[in-house]
Amino acid sequence: MQKGKLTGLRATEKQYVGFATLPNQVHRKSVKKGFDFTLMVAGESGMGKSTLVNSLFLTDLYKDRKLLNAEERINQTVEIIKHTVDIEEKGVKLKLTIVDTPGFGDAVNNNECWKPITDYIDQQFEQYFRDESGLNRKNIQDNRVHCCLYFIPPFGHGLRPVDVEFMKALHEKVNIIPLIAKADCLTPNEIKKLKDRIREEIDKFGIKVYQFPECDSDEDEEFKQLDKELKECTPFAVIGSNTVVEARGQRVRGRLYPWGIVEGKFTNKFLCSVENQSHCDFVKLRNMLIRSHMHDLKDVTCDVHYENYRAQCIQEMTSKLAQDNRMESPIPILPLSTPDVDTEKLIKMKDEELKRMQEMLNKMQQQMHDKEQ
Amino acid sequence: SVSDKGVRPLSLAGHVGFDSLPDQLVNKSICQGFCFNILCIGETGIGKSTLMDTLFNTNFENFESSHFEPQVKLRAQTYDLQESNVRLRLTVVNTVGFGDQMNKQESYQPVVDYIDRQFESYLQEELKIKRSLHNYHDSRVHACLYFISPSGHSLKSLDLVTMKKLDSKVNIIPVIAKADTISKSELHKFKIKIMSELVSNGVQIYQFPLDDETVAKVNTTMNGHLPFAVVGSTEEVSVGNKMVKARQYPWGVVQVENENHCDFVKLREMLICVNMEDLREQTHTRHYELYRRCKLEEMGFKDTDPECKPVSLQQTYEAKRQEFLVELQKREDEMRQMFVQRVKEKEAELKEAERELQSRFEHLKRIHADEKATLEEKKRLLDEDQSSFSKRRAAAQLLQAQSLTANGKKDKDRKK
Repeated sequence: MQKGKLTGLRATEKQYVGFATLPNQVHRKSVKKGFDFTLMVAGESGMGKSTLVNSLFLTDLYKDRKLLNAEERINQTVEIIKHTVDIEEKGVKLKLTIVDTPGFGDAVNNNECWKPITDYIDQQFEQYFRDESGLNRKNIQDNRVHCCLYFIPPFGHGLRPVDVEFMKALHEKVNIIPLIAKADCLTPNEIKKLKDRIREEIDKFGIKVYQFPECDSDEDEEFKQLDKELKECTPFAVIGSNTVVEARGQRVRGRLYPWGIVEGKFTNKFLCSVENQSHCDFVKLRNMLIRSHMHDLKDVTCDVHYENYRAQCIQEMTSKLAQDNRMESPIPILPLSTPDVDTEKLIKMKDEELKRMQEMLNKMQQQMHDKEQ
Repeated sequence: SVSDKGVRPLSLAGHVGFDSLPDQLVNKSICQGFCFNILCIGETGIGKSTLMDTLFNTNFENFESSHFEPQVKLRAQTYDLQESNVRLRLTVVNTVGFGDQMNKQESYQPVVDYIDRQFESYLQEELKIKRSLHNYHDSRVHACLYFISPSGHSLKSLDLVTMKKLDSKVNIIPVIAKADTISKSELHKFKIKIMSELVSNGVQIYQFPLDDETVAKVNTTMNGHLPFAVVGSTEEVSVGNKMVKARQYPWGVVQVENENHCDFVKLREMLICVNMEDLREQTHTRHYELYRRCKLEEMGFKDTDPECKPVSLQQTYEAKRQEFLVELQKREDEMRQMFVQRVKEKEAELKEAERELQSRFEHLKRIHADEKATLEEKKRLLDEDQSSFSKRRAAAQLLQAQSLTANGKKDKDRKK
């Protein structure tokens, strides 16, 4: 809220109208209504998705989950699991839904492994479309997926075929935010190299990931600088942790390793802190996802992805109707189903035969005509 | 006749000197040089080349592979290394594109084929009449390092499927790659999970041998540390007052040769210093023998014929060869027959089509002729009509002319 500017405005107004309180009213109503957000996480097993979600929302969403063995995963199909929680902070209520996609990329044959995921997203769109078009629209539940965090493994040189195909299948249905998972296995140079490579490949393959909106030209320089840094930092290299560690008198969420140098001396343990911005981009991700861009993610989902789906849906419906109408016209039309390859070949052959017959007939007629002359 | 009195121990009255036999063997093998072949299987970018560089303290020619290979390939490179007076011909075979494809059901096949090809080469050499095994460059894979991705949970499905296909063909030594991403407590759980998954799926990995007392103790300990969690690096960082191979993070430095940081030293010890010769031996006496037996049985060889008398390999071989040639000839004849048959059929088809076309042509010609006849008939009638009409017209005209002249005469007569 840009309160500072408003008071400036008020100062110049001679007569007081009062609509300057609108933002406050919006704020009040929204707090009363509460918010909802649906976040999808996708990536191979073992990328730290659950740990990251727990770290982001400072809670434990996955208390009793069961992980499959390698043997069980050979032919695994992708499941969709929803966890919905109500969380509250300073009076603001958030209904958070995390959509998990266990099994993605884990089987030996991963052809079209994203299909259950795209089907799920489409189903939510379809449901919303139906609800929106219904007569009673009082309590529509918005289950549409607002954001998808995609975890790219840090062990390779860049994107892999499964990454490219997944993102291309989803980039026009949901806001994709690609992340470099388990970034604590990369040195700062390696992280930079990998980020550059991934950004290059995203461009090369024409993948449309979520773009941060351009900040207003009248924002102050500091904000613009932060915004620029944020954009140049993608894809975020993240680390997650379920454990809070006591180190140097502080309680920090992090990972404890048996190596390290602190202040020039050897120590047995050193802390890789999730919240340390020189260790990873977790803080940037959290700030972006939760503190500044959560609403924009929802807006883009509603205004772009959902509208695309809706327009496409309507177009398909009208073209189908047009087809049905054509069937009832008095003029007999060829059947709309395209003939299969064999029938087509036969038809072609017969056509050519007829043509040949016709030519022979013409020749004969010509001959007879000549004879008569 | 030779009488055999059995073996009895004999005590020596002094130093004979045959205790130099092992040294003689060693001298000979040093002269010949040693040969060792390692196969590294792992996903693109998992650190296979870096680990090899670190293990052998050299810079092998490495290529950064793309993630978009359509199939798994193997790349083998041979190097001649020397340490003090020992020469080693080392062949490093790396998988290219392993784990990148969408459908990985056939990913293990190129690896299995490579291993089998090396066995086959050796077998062919062994079966030759004039062979030179002591000169033969043994390309059989002595050790297979399988790089497990450090997910922290368990093996991947691809890992399980691949190792199962390989465990009876090669000595598998699983390693956890890029282990500096796993914290100590997670590592312990991860190792236990991996080993239990291997055991419950019946995968036989290489066990460091316990039969030799001099190394049994260290090997037993090491067997308990499997799979080794390794970190590779060719870059050096200064720690204290030394330069060591390490990886530098903002939160600390991972030293490759520090046993508290990773199991690299253990791997080097086990793979190279202690058990290299055993790996070669196991490959020859266990894996190769299994391949050989299976291959020969497949070809129909047996150690004893139906009357339980030993059969000569050469005789069987010749018999098999004849059989094979006969079979080949039969197949060739069959194919020739089939070809002739097909040609005949096609000819018949074409003739039939020609006949059909001809009959249709005749039919149309007839129709045309009929129509023409009808038209000509009509024309004739029309002509007749026309001619009769013109005749009648001529007659009428004549009549008119006659009546005119008659009238004219009458008029003339009247005038007179």
